[in-house]
Parts: sequence; structure tokens; C-alpha cells
Amino acid sequence: MDFLTWARSPWDQPILTHLSWDLLWASLFAGVVFLAAHASYMVLSAHRKRHADETDAMEAAHAHLPARVVRHSLAARLFHWVMAAAMFTLLFTAFLPIAGVQFAWVTWHWAAGLVLTASILFHILHATVWLDFWSIWVGPSDLPELKAELLREFGHDVPGPRSGKYPLGNRLYHLAIVAAGLSVMATGLFMMVRVRTPFLTRNPYLLSDGAWGVTYVLHGMAGVALVGLVMAHVYFAVRPEKWWITKSMILGWITRRQYLEHHDPERWPVRPE
Amino acid sequence: MAVIRDVMPAFELFQPASIEDAQAVLDRYGAGALVLAGGLDSLDWLKDRIKRPQALVDLSGIPELKGIAALEDGLEIGAMTTLTDVVRHPVVRERYAILLDAAESAASPQIRNQGTIGGNVSQDTRCWYYRAGWACYRAGGNICYADTPDAINREHAILEADRCVAVTPSDTAPALIVLDAQMVIRTAAGDERIVAAEDYFIGPGTDITRMTILQPGDLLTSIRLPGTWGGARFYFEKVRDRQVWDFALVSVASAMVTTGAGGGSAIERVRLAVGGAAARPLRLAAVEDLVRGRPRNEATADLAGALAVEGAQPLRFNAYKVPLMRNLVKRAIRGVEAATWTS
Repeated sequence: MDFLTWARSPWDQPILTHLSWDLLWASLFAGVVFLAAHASYMVLSAHRKRHADETDAMEAAHAHLPARVVRHSLAARLFHWVMAAAMFTLLFTAFLPIAGVQFAWVTWHWAAGLVLTASILFHILHATVWLDFWSIWVGPSDLPELKAELLREFGHDVPGPRSGKYPLGNRLYHLAIVAAGLSVMATGLFMMVRVRTPFLTRNPYLLSDGAWGVTYVLHGMAGVALVGLVMAHVYFAVRPEKWWITKSMILGWITRRQYLEHHDPERWPVRPE
Repeated sequence: MAVIRDVMPAFELFQPASIEDAQAVLDRYGAGALVLAGGLDSLDWLKDRIKRPQALVDLSGIPELKGIAALEDGLEIGAMTTLTDVVRHPVVRERYAILLDAAESAASPQIRNQGTIGGNVSQDTRCWYYRAGWACYRAGGNICYADTPDAINREHAILEADRCVAVTPSDTAPALIVLDAQMVIRTAAGDERIVAAEDYFIGPGTDITRMTILQPGDLLTSIRLPGTWGGARFYFEKVRDRQVWDFALVSVASAMVTTGAGGGSAIERVRLAVGGAAARPLRLAAVEDLVRGRPRNEATADLAGALAVEGAQPLRFNAYKVPLMRNLVKRAIRGVEAATWTS
């Protein structure tokens, strides 16, 4: 299997054209294998959350907290669902034609790309100004949580730290989405000068042949990676034990008990009623 | 890169005697097979070393693909029927004269003796950047060399360009669209599939690497002409750089049924299509809707011409196609003598 597709330029030089689309199938396959493996593991998993009596005690101690703890503001939820719609449109318009479903996809693709770009820019501004910007990122300070989470996965009772507002897996996923999303967005914006749009004058000579090749390959790599990432995201969103998180992305809140059961009140303090 | 060597590259030549045999070969070789009809387009690709098929499937030995048969209300033309045979057929001359005009305008007499109607509608585009073997969108790359600031694009598309700006080279295609022809396809699975002529051709927005809906393994077996437009008032005009052996810069075809006579006639039914303006022959359905029921006069022709070119986006060297197409549509509505040519 080739990873890259090459061609000859009019000057008979080898030029990159795009990623080998065999990798789309590889990404799909990897995604399905991961889902199957994770689902199988979860059947046997001994993942430990707080004991009910421990949570009962915490709930009694934190009775001053609101019954509904706001997890996602309306603006954050709107961003998420607009971005999801744009992402699905982008993936379907990009890969269905490659899979053999032929339709006029280009306009839908760049229009959805602009919606995604706008929603990402909004999200960056919103998260920087109105949200706790650093709560979604991972760093060396998360190593104790990583160790504790791994031990809980293997059935140990670990008193170590629980997650702040976002579980560690959530934050790692966000990191991957940031890398793939920003790559696909930046390269996609450049690629818009290669097609006719009402916004830009076509200029295929903006970059050299070699630079265009790298741009297309990066766009393809990020796109193929997003296939697997989105599959994983949807999978976790519909898993029963994660449904409370998905529900919070719809309704905006979680219950006080869910908050105490899954989060560390010191790492994600909630104001009392 | 195109290198004309005038010597055929090596390939396996198959000359099946039946459609089933042909499809068996196509099935065996998949995308590595190239179908040969008259050979007038295909052989250039081979000699230029741009297409390097493993197998060449020559359809000329399949009798069921040749000839013209009468239907209850129409004609069925085998895909391997030569353009000369189409032109000479008495029913074509009597009831489908627009197909006669279109087929007769293709290339030269020698080429029409060899070229087939199936090959004419299924041939590849003439964009020389593409045919030179460069890695353009249509060839699987990521650029259109004909749509760059310094490209030579006099013959290219003014409508429906979607990354690629190549145009359809088929002369008979617009005529078949206005006749509401049905394309009979034998799919790779062996099923018969019938599609309207206007749906047989596809633009780059749908699939940038193909000009028709034919998939590997599919064969166009015949073209059916229904009686719907038989004997209508036809108009076909092809504008080209020289009057023989040249492709259309823009062509127009129309079939019209009018009521009344002379200056008081009104357009009851009409179908219009143009070639050379986009990657596929375009049926001008909006223009048809506009002129239906209107008097067949200069004012209607002006309206039709203006609407036909709405949304046209000329390239550096093909802006002339906009007034050319507008005036051809006017003529198709009003006739050569009465329609005033405007720039």
C-alpha cells in the first residue's frame, strides 16, 4: 500500500498530489478495531467509580451545592453541535465520493469548512475569555490522575485525584482534535484559492507545486485521522456509562450526584446555591 | 508527459463476438481494460502513452451492437453503428433530422465512416493539458492547468466548471438530449440499465475523472430515439474554427413544436441543449420553461439568449463564448434569418 500519491509536473519533476486514499480504509478499519476492542474490554472491565456510600456521604456534605450543576453553557453547546454538523458534512462530502457515491460535493465541502472555521474561531475566543481556558488541556500535572485512572481501570480502589471539569480521556481527545482540526482548517483555507468561491480570486500559483503537494497531503492526513477520531467520539457519546456526559452536552447540566461521583470538587469547584 | 511515438504500446487485444464475451474480458481486467469503438479517440491515447491499458477490448466484431432497428414509435441505434450509417438512415433523415445534422457535422467523412455513435457520445475531452498527460484534476491530480492565470483556454468551459474546465467534445450529444434519447447500458453485473441522454453525461462536480456515467465494465449497447420529438421543428448549429474536421467551440440543438403559423406562431413544446460550453452537454431547462407558450419572435429569442448564459464565468481567453452561446440560443428559437446577432 502506498501512503502518498505522486505525479509528474509539466517540468517533469516528481510532485506530491495527495494522500493515498487506501489510508481512508485503514483509518476506518483501525476505528472499528478500536471500538470492538474497547467494547469487549468494557464487558469485563472492573472500572471503579466512587462507592455509593462514599457518594452519599459527599452528597450530604455538599448539600449546599445546586441540584443541577452547569457543565456546558448555551454558547458552548451551540458551538459543539454546529461544529459537529460541519464536521459530518465535511467528512461525508470528502469521503463518500472516494467510496464511490458520486455527487457535486465541492461547494458543500468548502461551505461546511467555512462554518467549521468560524465555529472554531468562536470557540477559541469563547474559551479564552469566558471559560476556564486551561481546564481542557493536559500537562505533567495530570500524571497522578492518569496513574489513578489506570489503577481504577484494573479494579483498584484509589484515593488519588479524580478529574476536574473534563475527564482525562476527554482532554486527550480534545488535544488530538485540536491537532487534526487546526491542520485541516489551515490547509483547507489555502486550498480554497484553488477552487471557485465568491470570496477569493483563484490563484493556483499561490504556493509552489511542492508546497501544494504538502498542503494536500496534510489535509488528507488530518481528514483521514478525523474519520477515526469522530468514530471514537460518537462511540463514547452513545456508551451507556458516558451517557451522562452526552446528556450534559444537550441539556447543559449534570446532577449534583453525578458531579460528586465523577469529579474532584477541588479541581472543579462549583459555587453553592 | 505526452510523447507521440506512432507505435502502439504493448497490450492484450481482445475482439469478442458477443456482449457477454466483451464483459467477461472487462470483468477480468477491471480498470486495466480500455474499450475500443471506432478507435478514433482511443488510439491517440495509446500512441501518446497517456493511457496504458493491459487489455484493449475491440467491440467491432459484435453484430448486436451494430445497425438501426425500428421500434413501435421510434428507432434503436446500436452503439457501434457508424456516424455515416446514422446519417444515411431514411428514418433519421425523415423524422430525426437534427441527429443527421449533428452527426454530419462531426469530423470528416473518413472519420464518420469509422467513428461510431457510441464512441462519439462516450469519447474523452479534448483539453490538451489533460491529453498531454499532466497531473490535472481529471487525471487524478490536484490542479487544473487550463484554469490558471496564464493558461491557454480558448476552447474551455464557461458554465458548470468545478475545478476542471474541460468541455464535452461530442457533436451528437446535444441532439440526442433534445430528442429525449434513452441510453441503453449493459452493466458489469449483466443488467440492462436505461438512462435519459441528459443523465448519461456527468460534470466534474459529480465525478471529475469521467465524462459519462459508465463505470468500469459497463457498456453502452444502444441508443433509443422515442417518437416524442420525431418530426419536430429542429435547429442545430455548430460553430468551430474551421468548417471541417474540427470540434465545436459551441453548438446548439433544439426541437420545437409550435402552434399557429408564420409570425403568429407560439412555442408549444421545446427542448434545448448546448455543447462546448461545459464538461457535459447542457440541457437548458430553464430556457425551455421561459419560452414555452410565448410567441416565437425576436423578443422571446432575446430573453432565451440572455437566460441561457446567466451565470457564465469565462476564463482568460474564452469570453467570446458568452455572446456566441447567447446568439446560438437566439437562433435556435427564432431561426438564422430572423434572429439578430448581437455582440
